[in-house]
Amino acid sequence: MAECFVAKASELADGDRRIVLAGTTEVGVFCKDGAYFGYSNVCVHSGGPACEGLMINRVVDVIAPDRTYEGQTFSDEIHFVCPWHGYEYDLKTGECVGDRRLKLKKFEVVQRGDDIFVIV
Amino acid sequence: MDMLRSEVRKLAGDDYTTAAHLAHASQQARERKYQDFLIVDVDSHHYESESYKEVFEFIESPVIRRQAVESAKRGGRASMLGGQIGYQDIGGRITRHELRKHDVRRHDQLTRGKHRDIGMTLEWMDAIGVDYACLFPTPMLFLGLHPQVEIEVAMCRAYNRWLCERILAAEPRIVSMLYLPFNDPEAAYRTVKDFGDRKGVVGFMVTSPRYKPVHDNAYVKTYALLEEMGKPIAFHAAYNWHDQALSLTNRFISVHALGFMWFNMVHMTNWVINGMPERFPRLKVMWIESGLTWAYCLMQRLDHSYMMRTSDCPSLKRRPSEYMREMYYSSQPMEKPRDRSILEATFKMINAETQLLWSSDYPHWDFDLPSVIYDLPFLSETARRNILGGNAARVFGLDSKPRKRIPA
Repeated sequence: MAECFVAKASELADGDRRIVLAGTTEVGVFCKDGAYFGYSNVCVHSGGPACEGLMINRVVDVIAPDRTYEGQTFSDEIHFVCPWHGYEYDLKTGECVGDRRLKLKKFEVVQRGDDIFVIV
Repeated sequence: MDMLRSEVRKLAGDDYTTAAHLAHASQQARERKYQDFLIVDVDSHHYESESYKEVFEFIESPVIRRQAVESAKRGGRASMLGGQIGYQDIGGRITRHELRKHDVRRHDQLTRGKHRDIGMTLEWMDAIGVDYACLFPTPMLFLGLHPQVEIEVAMCRAYNRWLCERILAAEPRIVSMLYLPFNDPEAAYRTVKDFGDRKGVVGFMVTSPRYKPVHDNAYVKTYALLEEMGKPIAFHAAYNWHDQALSLTNRFISVHALGFMWFNMVHMTNWVINGMPERFPRLKVMWIESGLTWAYCLMQRLDHSYMMRTSDCPSLKRRPSEYMREMYYSSQPMEKPRDRSILEATFKMINAETQLLWSSDYPHWDFDLPSVIYDLPFLSETARRNILGGNAARVFGLDSKPRKRIPA
Protein backbone atom coordinates (compact mmCIF):
# COMPACT_ATOMS: atom_id res chain seq x y z
CA MET A 1 0.00 0.00 0.00
CA ALA A 2 1.16 3.51 -0.63
CA GLU A 3 0.09 7.05 0.10
CA CYS A 4 -0.91 9.46 -2.64
CA PHE A 5 -1.10 13.14 -2.06
CA VAL A 6 -4.56 14.50 -2.88
CA ALA A 7 -4.64 18.19 -2.00
CA LYS A 8 -4.16 20.73 0.74
CA ALA A 9 -7.12 20.63 3.11
CA SER A 10 -7.31 24.40 2.89
CA GLU A 11 -7.89 24.09 -0.87
CA LEU A 12 -10.84 21.74 -0.51
CA ALA A 13 -14.21 23.38 0.08
CA ASP A 14 -17.16 21.44 1.41
CA GLY A 15 -18.45 19.28 -1.45
CA ASP A 16 -15.18 19.40 -3.40
CA ARG A 17 -13.75 16.32 -5.00
CA ARG A 18 -10.48 15.21 -6.51
CA ILE A 19 -9.86 12.24 -8.76
CA VAL A 20 -6.55 10.55 -8.03
CA LEU A 21 -4.92 8.30 -10.61
CA ALA A 22 -2.35 6.11 -8.88
CA GLY A 23 -0.90 3.59 -11.30
CA THR A 24 -3.96 1.88 -12.70
CA THR A 25 -6.16 2.72 -9.73
CA GLU A 26 -8.54 5.64 -9.89
CA VAL A 27 -9.93 6.96 -6.64
CA GLY A 28 -12.49 9.68 -6.04
CA VAL A 29 -11.80 11.63 -2.84
CA PHE A 30 -14.72 13.57 -1.39
CA CYS A 31 -14.67 16.36 1.15
CA LYS A 32 -18.02 16.67 2.90
CA ASP A 33 -19.15 18.01 6.29
CA GLY A 34 -15.61 17.99 7.64
CA ALA A 35 -14.92 14.39 6.67
CA TYR A 36 -13.11 12.77 3.76
CA PHE A 37 -14.18 9.70 1.81
CA GLY A 38 -12.32 7.75 -0.85
CA TYR A 39 -13.92 5.34 -3.29
CA SER A 40 -13.01 3.53 -6.48
CA ASN A 41 -13.97 5.69 -9.44
CA VAL A 42 -15.22 2.69 -11.44
CA CYS A 43 -18.98 2.22 -11.30
CA VAL A 44 -20.22 -1.29 -10.52
CA HIS A 45 -22.72 -0.96 -13.39
CA SER A 46 -20.80 -0.33 -16.62
CA GLY A 47 -17.47 0.99 -15.39
CA GLY A 48 -18.36 4.68 -15.57
CA PRO A 49 -16.64 7.45 -13.56
CA ALA A 50 -18.73 6.82 -10.44
CA CYS A 51 -17.26 9.66 -8.37
CA GLU A 52 -17.48 12.39 -10.99
CA GLY A 53 -21.16 13.18 -11.03
CA LEU A 54 -23.64 14.97 -8.84
CA MET A 55 -23.66 14.86 -5.02
CA ILE A 56 -27.27 14.96 -3.91
CA ASN A 57 -29.34 14.06 -0.88
CA ARG A 58 -31.44 10.93 -0.94
CA VAL A 59 -35.03 11.28 -2.13
CA VAL A 60 -37.62 9.73 0.18
CA ASP A 61 -41.34 9.19 -0.14
CA VAL A 62 -43.30 10.76 2.71
CA ILE A 63 -45.87 8.20 3.83
CA ALA A 64 -48.32 9.29 6.51
CA PRO A 65 -49.21 7.09 9.50
CA ASP A 66 -52.40 6.12 7.70
CA ARG A 67 -50.14 4.89 4.84
CA THR A 68 -51.28 7.51 2.34
CA TYR A 69 -48.65 9.14 0.16
CA GLU A 70 -47.94 12.77 0.96
CA GLY A 71 -45.15 13.65 -1.45
CA GLN A 72 -41.37 13.47 -1.62
CA THR A 73 -38.53 15.22 0.10
CA PHE A 74 -34.74 15.08 0.47
CA SER A 75 -33.36 13.27 3.52
CA ASP A 76 -30.04 13.90 5.29
CA GLU A 77 -28.34 10.93 3.65
CA ILE A 78 -25.89 12.15 1.02
CA HIS A 79 -25.39 10.28 -2.22
CA PHE A 80 -23.05 10.65 -5.12
CA VAL A 81 -24.26 9.67 -8.56
CA CYS A 82 -22.42 8.08 -11.47
CA PRO A 83 -22.95 10.50 -14.35
CA TRP A 84 -23.16 7.81 -17.01
CA HIS A 85 -26.45 6.20 -15.96
CA GLY A 86 -27.48 7.50 -12.54
CA TYR A 87 -26.29 4.72 -10.20
CA GLU A 88 -26.43 6.30 -6.74
CA TYR A 89 -23.99 5.55 -3.93
CA ASP A 90 -24.16 6.28 -0.20
CA LEU A 91 -21.33 8.70 0.57
CA LYS A 92 -20.78 7.20 4.03
CA THR A 93 -20.46 3.57 2.92
CA GLY A 94 -19.97 3.43 -0.88
CA GLU A 95 -22.95 1.10 -1.10
CA CYS A 96 -25.08 1.21 -4.24
CA VAL A 97 -28.43 2.52 -3.11
CA GLY A 98 -30.44 0.37 -5.52
CA ASP A 99 -28.87 -2.84 -4.18
CA ARG A 100 -26.69 -2.47 -1.13
CA ARG A 101 -24.99 -5.80 -1.80
CA LEU A 102 -23.08 -3.90 -4.47
CA LYS A 103 -20.52 -1.37 -3.29
CA LEU A 104 -17.49 0.56 -4.43
CA LYS A 105 -14.13 -0.29 -2.94
CA LYS A 106 -13.38 2.11 -0.10
CA PHE A 107 -9.97 3.78 0.28
CA GLU A 108 -8.72 5.29 3.51
CA VAL A 109 -8.16 9.04 3.44
CA VAL A 110 -5.83 10.56 6.06
CA GLN A 111 -5.00 14.12 6.98
CA ARG A 112 -1.63 15.19 8.29
CA GLY A 113 -1.53 18.88 9.02
CA ASP A 114 -2.88 20.57 5.91
CA ASP A 115 -2.12 17.62 3.62
CA ILE A 116 -4.70 15.08 2.53
CA PHE A 117 -3.54 11.65 1.40
CA VAL A 118 -5.37 8.61 0.11
CA ILE A 119 -3.99 5.13 0.83
CA VAL A 120 -3.94 3.05 -2.36
CA MET B 1 4.41 4.26 4.24
CA ASP B 2 5.67 4.61 0.65
CA MET B 3 4.61 7.59 -1.35
CA LEU B 4 3.23 6.80 -4.80
CA ARG B 5 3.43 9.07 -7.80
CA SER B 6 -0.03 9.98 -8.84
CA GLU B 7 -2.00 12.46 -10.87
CA VAL B 8 -4.76 14.45 -9.31
CA ARG B 9 -7.46 16.25 -11.21
CA LYS B 10 -10.59 18.22 -10.46
CA LEU B 11 -13.99 17.51 -11.97
CA ALA B 12 -14.71 18.79 -15.45
CA GLY B 13 -16.40 22.15 -15.69
CA ASP B 14 -16.21 24.39 -18.72
CA ASP B 15 -13.50 22.08 -20.01
CA TYR B 16 -15.96 19.16 -20.28
CA THR B 17 -15.44 16.98 -23.31
CA THR B 18 -17.24 13.84 -24.39
CA ALA B 19 -13.90 12.11 -24.87
CA ALA B 20 -13.01 12.70 -21.19
CA HIS B 21 -16.53 11.75 -20.06
CA LEU B 22 -16.08 8.43 -21.87
CA ALA B 23 -12.44 7.84 -20.86
CA HIS B 24 -13.37 4.63 -19.05
CA ALA B 25 -15.16 3.41 -22.18
CA SER B 26 -11.98 4.02 -24.19
CA GLN B 27 -10.01 2.05 -21.61
CA GLN B 28 -12.45 -0.84 -22.02
CA ALA B 29 -12.05 -0.59 -25.80
CA ARG B 30 -8.27 -0.80 -25.56
CA GLU B 31 -8.29 -3.65 -23.03
CA ARG B 32 -10.71 -5.70 -25.13
CA LYS B 33 -8.89 -4.88 -28.39
CA TYR B 34 -11.94 -3.52 -30.20
CA GLN B 35 -9.50 -2.13 -32.74
CA ASP B 36 -9.19 -5.63 -34.21
CA PHE B 37 -12.79 -6.05 -35.36
CA LEU B 38 -15.81 -4.19 -36.64
CA ILE B 39 -18.27 -2.61 -34.23
CA VAL B 40 -21.47 -1.13 -35.64
CA ASP B 41 -23.86 0.87 -33.50
CA VAL B 42 -27.30 0.39 -35.04
CA ASP B 43 -29.04 2.93 -32.81
CA SER B 44 -27.47 6.22 -31.84
CA HIS B 45 -28.73 9.77 -31.73
CA HIS B 46 -28.13 13.40 -32.20
CA TYR B 47 -30.30 16.34 -31.21
CA GLU B 48 -31.60 17.68 -34.49
CA SER B 49 -33.22 20.50 -32.53
CA GLU B 50 -29.73 22.00 -32.19
CA SER B 51 -29.80 22.42 -35.98
CA TYR B 52 -33.45 23.42 -36.43
CA LYS B 53 -32.47 26.71 -38.06
CA GLU B 54 -30.72 24.82 -40.85
CA VAL B 55 -33.26 21.97 -41.06
CA PHE B 56 -36.20 24.36 -41.37
CA GLU B 57 -34.61 25.91 -44.47
CA PHE B 58 -35.21 22.55 -46.18
CA ILE B 59 -38.98 22.66 -45.54
CA GLU B 60 -40.51 22.93 -49.00
CA SER B 61 -43.80 24.61 -48.14
CA PRO B 62 -43.17 28.33 -47.61
CA VAL B 63 -46.13 28.52 -45.21
CA ILE B 64 -44.97 25.67 -42.99
CA ARG B 65 -41.36 26.87 -43.22
CA ARG B 66 -42.35 30.26 -41.90
CA GLN B 67 -44.43 28.65 -39.12
CA ALA B 68 -41.46 26.53 -38.12
CA VAL B 69 -38.98 29.39 -38.11
CA GLU B 70 -41.29 31.69 -36.15
CA SER B 71 -42.15 28.96 -33.62
CA ALA B 72 -38.46 28.46 -32.80
CA LYS B 73 -37.66 32.14 -32.32
CA ARG B 74 -38.49 32.28 -28.63
CA GLY B 75 -35.87 29.67 -27.66
CA GLY B 76 -36.25 26.04 -26.55
CA ARG B 77 -37.97 23.52 -28.76
CA ALA B 78 -40.00 24.72 -31.74
CA SER B 79 -43.58 25.01 -30.52
CA MET B 80 -44.87 23.98 -33.97
CA LEU B 81 -43.36 20.57 -33.35
CA GLY B 82 -44.19 20.24 -29.67
CA GLY B 83 -42.54 17.64 -27.49
CA GLN B 84 -43.15 15.02 -24.89
CA ILE B 85 -43.06 15.31 -21.11
CA GLY B 86 -40.09 13.56 -19.55
CA TYR B 87 -37.12 13.97 -17.22
CA GLN B 88 -34.63 11.57 -18.75
CA ASP B 89 -31.76 13.37 -17.00
CA ILE B 90 -33.04 12.19 -13.58
CA GLY B 91 -33.15 15.66 -12.08
CA GLY B 92 -29.70 16.57 -13.40
CA ARG B 93 -28.01 13.33 -12.35
CA ILE B 94 -27.12 12.52 -15.98
CA THR B 95 -24.72 15.42 -16.24
CA ARG B 96 -23.91 15.18 -19.96
CA HIS B 97 -27.38 16.48 -20.84
CA GLU B 98 -26.37 19.86 -19.45
CA LEU B 99 -22.63 19.69 -20.10
CA ARG B 100 -22.96 18.89 -23.82
CA LYS B 101 -23.25 22.61 -24.43
CA HIS B 102 -19.45 22.74 -24.05
CA ASP B 103 -19.08 20.14 -26.79
CA VAL B 104 -21.47 22.06 -29.03
CA ARG B 105 -19.48 25.26 -28.55
CA ARG B 106 -16.14 23.50 -29.07
CA HIS B 107 -17.24 21.72 -32.21
CA ASP B 108 -18.76 24.88 -33.63
CA GLN B 109 -15.24 26.22 -33.63
CA LEU B 110 -13.67 23.03 -34.97
CA THR B 111 -15.82 22.39 -38.00
CA ARG B 112 -13.08 22.13 -40.61
CA GLY B 113 -15.83 22.39 -43.23
CA LYS B 114 -17.91 19.56 -41.81
CA HIS B 115 -21.09 19.92 -39.79
CA ARG B 116 -20.64 20.11 -36.03
CA ASP B 117 -22.82 16.98 -35.56
CA ILE B 118 -20.26 14.95 -37.52
CA GLY B 119 -17.43 15.94 -35.20
CA MET B 120 -19.52 15.40 -32.08
CA THR B 121 -20.68 11.97 -33.28
CA LEU B 122 -17.23 10.78 -34.33
CA GLU B 123 -15.86 11.86 -30.94
CA TRP B 124 -18.08 9.50 -28.96
CA MET B 125 -17.83 6.80 -31.63
CA ASP B 126 -14.04 6.70 -31.34
CA ALA B 127 -14.18 6.93 -27.54
CA ILE B 128 -16.49 3.92 -27.29
CA GLY B 129 -14.86 1.94 -30.12
CA VAL B 130 -17.51 2.20 -32.84
CA ASP B 131 -16.70 2.00 -36.55
CA TYR B 132 -20.10 2.87 -38.00
CA ALA B 133 -23.06 4.49 -36.30
CA CYS B 134 -26.63 4.54 -37.52
CA LEU B 135 -27.75 8.01 -36.49
CA PHE B 136 -31.31 8.90 -35.56
CA PRO B 137 -33.01 12.12 -34.43
CA THR B 138 -34.24 12.71 -30.89
CA PRO B 139 -37.27 15.06 -30.60
CA MET B 140 -38.60 13.63 -33.87
CA LEU B 141 -39.05 10.27 -32.15
CA PHE B 142 -42.39 11.70 -31.01
CA LEU B 143 -43.44 13.23 -34.34
CA GLY B 144 -45.79 10.33 -35.06
CA LEU B 145 -48.04 11.73 -32.34
CA HIS B 146 -48.36 15.15 -33.96
CA PRO B 147 -52.01 15.94 -34.73
CA GLN B 148 -51.09 17.60 -38.04
CA VAL B 149 -50.09 14.90 -40.50
CA GLU B 150 -48.77 17.48 -42.97
CA ILE B 151 -46.30 18.69 -40.33
CA GLU B 152 -44.89 15.17 -39.93
CA VAL B 153 -44.58 14.91 -43.70
CA ALA B 154 -42.98 18.34 -44.11
CA MET B 155 -40.56 17.90 -41.22
CA CYS B 156 -39.63 14.37 -42.29
CA ARG B 157 -38.77 15.49 -45.79
CA ALA B 158 -36.81 18.49 -44.62
CA TYR B 159 -34.87 16.52 -42.02
CA ASN B 160 -34.11 13.68 -44.46
CA ARG B 161 -32.87 16.13 -47.10
CA TRP B 162 -30.74 17.97 -44.52
CA LEU B 163 -29.35 14.72 -43.09
CA CYS B 164 -28.48 13.30 -46.50
CA GLU B 165 -26.82 16.48 -47.74
CA ARG B 166 -25.07 17.78 -44.63
CA ILE B 167 -24.22 14.61 -42.69
CA LEU B 168 -24.41 11.35 -44.65
CA ALA B 169 -22.82 12.72 -47.81
CA ALA B 170 -19.90 14.11 -45.81
CA GLU B 171 -19.05 11.25 -43.47
CA PRO B 172 -18.95 7.59 -44.53
CA ARG B 173 -18.83 6.31 -40.92
CA ILE B 174 -22.29 7.74 -40.22
CA VAL B 175 -25.29 6.07 -41.81
CA SER B 176 -29.01 6.26 -41.14
CA MET B 177 -32.34 4.59 -41.59
CA LEU B 178 -34.39 7.55 -42.72
CA TYR B 179 -37.54 8.70 -40.99
CA LEU B 180 -40.75 7.53 -42.67
CA PRO B 181 -43.85 9.80 -42.34
CA PHE B 182 -45.96 6.77 -41.52
CA ASN B 183 -49.14 8.72 -40.77
CA ASP B 184 -49.32 9.52 -44.48
CA PRO B 185 -48.92 6.24 -46.37
CA GLU B 186 -48.46 7.91 -49.77
CA ALA B 187 -45.79 10.21 -48.38
CA ALA B 188 -44.06 7.20 -46.80
CA TYR B 189 -43.95 5.48 -50.18
CA ARG B 190 -42.58 8.62 -51.85
CA THR B 191 -39.91 8.89 -49.16
CA VAL B 192 -38.58 5.43 -49.95
CA LYS B 193 -38.66 6.14 -53.68
CA ASP B 194 -36.91 9.51 -53.35
CA PHE B 195 -34.26 8.64 -50.78
CA GLY B 196 -33.69 4.91 -51.11
CA ASP B 197 -30.53 5.17 -53.16
CA ARG B 198 -28.92 8.11 -51.37
CA LYS B 199 -25.46 7.73 -49.89
CA GLY B 200 -25.48 6.41 -46.34
CA VAL B 201 -29.19 5.45 -46.37
CA VAL B 202 -29.17 1.88 -45.12
CA GLY B 203 -32.90 1.54 -44.49
CA PHE B 204 -36.00 3.31 -43.27
CA MET B 205 -37.39 3.85 -39.82
CA VAL B 206 -40.87 4.23 -38.37
CA THR B 207 -41.10 5.88 -34.97
CA SER B 208 -43.27 3.50 -33.01
CA PRO B 209 -45.41 5.82 -30.85
CA ARG B 210 -48.31 6.35 -33.21
CA TYR B 211 -51.78 5.03 -33.76
CA LYS B 212 -51.63 3.49 -37.23
CA PRO B 213 -51.88 -0.28 -37.75
CA VAL B 214 -48.79 -1.57 -39.52
CA HIS B 215 -50.81 -4.17 -41.41
CA ASP B 216 -53.02 -1.55 -43.13
CA ASN B 217 -53.28 -2.12 -46.90
CA ALA B 218 -52.13 1.46 -47.42
CA TYR B 219 -48.59 0.41 -46.53
CA VAL B 220 -48.34 -2.67 -48.74
CA LYS B 221 -46.74 -0.92 -51.69
CA THR B 222 -44.12 0.66 -49.39
CA TYR B 223 -43.23 -2.70 -47.91
CA ALA B 224 -43.03 -4.19 -51.41
CA LEU B 225 -40.70 -1.42 -52.53
CA LEU B 226 -38.46 -1.84 -49.49
CA GLU B 227 -38.31 -5.57 -50.08
CA GLU B 228 -37.42 -5.02 -53.75
CA MET B 229 -34.69 -2.50 -52.83
CA GLY B 230 -33.30 -4.78 -50.13
CA LYS B 231 -33.59 -2.03 -47.52
CA PRO B 232 -34.72 -2.96 -44.01
CA ILE B 233 -37.56 -1.30 -42.17
CA ALA B 234 -37.08 -0.53 -38.51
CA PHE B 235 -39.59 0.29 -35.80
CA HIS B 236 -37.88 2.61 -33.32
CA ALA B 237 -39.44 2.59 -29.86
CA ALA B 238 -40.32 5.59 -27.76
CA TYR B 239 -43.07 6.34 -25.25
CA ASN B 240 -46.23 8.41 -25.15
CA TRP B 241 -47.15 9.61 -21.67
CA HIS B 242 -50.50 10.79 -23.05
CA ASP B 243 -51.44 7.28 -24.13
CA GLN B 244 -54.63 6.34 -22.26
CA ALA B 245 -53.11 3.41 -20.43
CA LEU B 246 -49.63 4.82 -19.92
CA SER B 247 -51.09 8.04 -18.52
CA LEU B 248 -51.95 6.00 -15.44
CA THR B 249 -48.24 5.94 -14.54
CA ASN B 250 -46.93 8.75 -12.35
CA ARG B 251 -43.15 8.44 -12.65
CA PHE B 252 -40.86 8.59 -15.65
CA ILE B 253 -39.28 5.25 -14.73
CA SER B 254 -42.69 3.64 -15.25
CA VAL B 255 -43.65 5.23 -18.56
CA HIS B 256 -40.15 4.62 -19.86
CA ALA B 257 -39.91 0.98 -18.77
CA LEU B 258 -43.33 0.17 -20.22
CA GLY B 259 -43.58 2.69 -23.03
CA PHE B 260 -40.45 1.59 -24.85
CA MET B 261 -41.87 -1.92 -25.13
CA TRP B 262 -45.51 -0.91 -25.53
CA PHE B 263 -45.82 0.23 -29.10
CA ASN B 264 -43.34 -2.30 -30.49
CA MET B 265 -45.31 -5.10 -28.81
CA VAL B 266 -48.44 -3.89 -30.56
CA HIS B 267 -46.72 -3.40 -33.92
CA MET B 268 -44.92 -6.76 -33.74
CA THR B 269 -48.14 -8.56 -32.81
CA ASN B 270 -49.97 -6.97 -35.72
CA TRP B 271 -47.07 -7.67 -38.07
CA VAL B 272 -46.95 -11.35 -37.24
CA ILE B 273 -50.65 -12.11 -36.74
CA ASN B 274 -51.57 -10.47 -40.05
CA GLY B 275 -49.07 -12.65 -41.86
CA MET B 276 -46.77 -9.87 -43.04
CA PRO B 277 -43.69 -12.16 -42.92
CA GLU B 278 -45.49 -14.52 -45.32
CA ARG B 279 -46.45 -11.70 -47.68
CA PHE B 280 -43.00 -10.04 -47.55
CA PRO B 281 -40.60 -12.92 -46.82
CA ARG B 282 -37.51 -11.04 -47.94
CA LEU B 283 -38.24 -7.78 -46.15
CA LYS B 284 -35.82 -7.33 -43.27
CA VAL B 285 -37.62 -6.00 -40.19
CA MET B 286 -35.77 -4.53 -37.25
CA TRP B 287 -37.00 -3.64 -33.79
CA ILE B 288 -35.09 -0.88 -32.10
CA GLU B 289 -34.66 0.24 -28.49
CA SER B 290 -37.16 -2.04 -26.79
CA GLY B 291 -34.49 -4.18 -25.13
CA LEU B 292 -34.84 -7.96 -25.32
CA THR B 293 -37.26 -9.14 -22.65
CA TRP B 294 -40.32 -7.99 -24.62
CA ALA B 295 -39.46 -10.30 -27.51
CA TYR B 296 -38.77 -13.24 -25.19
CA CYS B 297 -42.14 -12.66 -23.54
CA LEU B 298 -44.11 -12.02 -26.74
CA MET B 299 -42.80 -15.11 -28.50
CA GLN B 300 -44.11 -17.30 -25.74
CA ARG B 301 -47.37 -15.43 -25.41
CA LEU B 302 -48.19 -15.45 -29.13
CA ASP B 303 -47.16 -19.08 -29.61
CA HIS B 304 -49.42 -20.11 -26.74
CA SER B 305 -52.42 -18.26 -28.17
CA TYR B 306 -51.69 -19.19 -31.78
CA MET B 307 -51.92 -22.92 -31.17
CA MET B 308 -55.52 -22.44 -29.92
CA ARG B 309 -56.64 -19.78 -32.41
CA THR B 310 -55.18 -20.57 -35.82
CA SER B 311 -58.39 -19.37 -37.47
CA ASP B 312 -57.58 -15.86 -36.21
CA CYS B 313 -54.36 -15.78 -38.19
CA PRO B 314 -54.79 -18.11 -41.16
CA SER B 315 -51.90 -16.62 -43.14
CA LEU B 316 -49.42 -18.10 -40.67
CA LYS B 317 -47.78 -21.36 -41.71
CA ARG B 318 -45.50 -21.48 -38.70
CA ARG B 319 -45.55 -20.45 -35.07
CA PRO B 320 -45.23 -16.70 -34.38
CA SER B 321 -41.91 -17.20 -32.61
CA GLU B 322 -40.44 -18.76 -35.73
CA TYR B 323 -41.13 -15.61 -37.69
CA MET B 324 -39.86 -13.47 -34.84
CA ARG B 325 -36.58 -15.39 -34.77
CA GLU B 326 -35.95 -14.28 -38.34
CA MET B 327 -36.29 -10.60 -37.54
CA TYR B 328 -33.62 -8.30 -36.13
CA TYR B 329 -33.33 -6.71 -32.73
CA SER B 330 -31.14 -3.93 -31.47
CA SER B 331 -29.75 -4.77 -28.06
CA GLN B 332 -30.12 -1.57 -26.06
CA PRO B 333 -31.37 -1.15 -23.35
CA MET B 334 -30.13 -4.65 -22.64
CA GLU B 335 -31.69 -5.99 -19.49
CA LYS B 336 -29.17 -7.82 -17.31
CA PRO B 337 -30.81 -10.16 -14.84
CA ARG B 338 -28.71 -11.28 -11.88
CA ASP B 339 -29.33 -14.87 -12.99
CA ARG B 340 -27.37 -14.90 -16.24
CA SER B 341 -29.04 -18.09 -17.42
CA ILE B 342 -32.15 -16.01 -18.09
CA LEU B 343 -30.19 -13.77 -20.45
CA GLU B 344 -28.64 -16.80 -22.11
CA ALA B 345 -32.12 -18.26 -22.64
CA THR B 346 -33.27 -14.94 -24.10
CA PHE B 347 -30.38 -14.93 -26.56
CA LYS B 348 -31.27 -18.46 -27.60
CA MET B 349 -34.92 -17.55 -28.01
CA ILE B 350 -34.27 -14.62 -30.36
CA ASN B 351 -31.50 -16.40 -32.27
CA ALA B 352 -29.10 -13.71 -31.13
CA GLU B 353 -26.00 -14.98 -32.88
CA THR B 354 -27.38 -13.94 -36.25
CA GLN B 355 -30.29 -11.65 -35.41
CA LEU B 356 -29.10 -9.45 -32.57
CA LEU B 357 -27.39 -6.16 -33.41
CA TRP B 358 -25.56 -4.23 -30.71
CA SER B 359 -26.60 -0.65 -30.12
CA SER B 360 -25.56 2.10 -27.71
CA ASP B 361 -28.36 4.69 -27.91
CA TYR B 362 -25.62 7.19 -27.07
CA PRO B 363 -25.90 9.97 -25.87
CA HIS B 364 -29.24 9.10 -24.25
CA TRP B 365 -29.42 8.50 -20.53
CA ASP B 366 -29.43 4.68 -20.51
CA PHE B 367 -26.82 4.01 -23.18
CA ASP B 368 -24.98 0.69 -23.45
CA LEU B 369 -21.32 0.02 -24.20
CA PRO B 370 -20.03 -2.83 -26.38
CA SER B 371 -18.97 -4.56 -23.16
CA VAL B 372 -22.60 -5.54 -22.49
CA ILE B 373 -22.10 -8.06 -25.29
CA TYR B 374 -18.34 -8.55 -25.22
CA ASP B 375 -18.24 -9.54 -21.56
CA LEU B 376 -20.94 -12.22 -21.77
CA PRO B 377 -19.24 -15.50 -20.88
CA PHE B 378 -21.74 -17.69 -22.74
CA LEU B 379 -20.95 -16.16 -26.14
CA SER B 380 -18.31 -17.55 -28.47
CA GLU B 381 -15.90 -15.10 -30.06
CA THR B 382 -17.74 -15.52 -33.36
CA ALA B 383 -21.10 -14.74 -31.77
CA ARG B 384 -19.62 -11.76 -29.96
CA ARG B 385 -18.23 -10.26 -33.14
CA ASN B 386 -21.39 -11.01 -35.11
CA ILE B 387 -23.56 -9.22 -32.59
CA LEU B 388 -21.17 -6.30 -32.20
CA GLY B 389 -20.77 -5.66 -35.92
CA GLY B 390 -20.90 -8.64 -38.27
CA ASN B 391 -24.69 -8.90 -38.33
CA ALA B 392 -25.13 -5.18 -38.97
CA ALA B 393 -22.50 -5.21 -41.71
CA ARG B 394 -24.48 -7.96 -43.42
CA VAL B 395 -27.86 -6.26 -43.02
CA PHE B 396 -26.63 -2.79 -44.02
CA GLY B 397 -24.05 -3.85 -46.62
CA LEU B 398 -21.10 -2.27 -44.79
CA ASP B 399 -17.40 -2.92 -45.30
CA SER B 400 -16.12 -5.10 -42.47
CA LYS B 401 -12.76 -3.35 -42.12
CA PRO B 402 -12.49 -1.39 -38.84
CA ARG B 403 -12.13 2.38 -39.21
CA LYS B 404 -12.27 3.67 -35.65
CA ARG B 405 -9.56 5.61 -33.84
CA ILE B 406 -9.72 4.70 -30.16
CA PRO B 407 -7.94 7.36 -28.07
CA ALA B 408 -4.59 6.22 -26.71
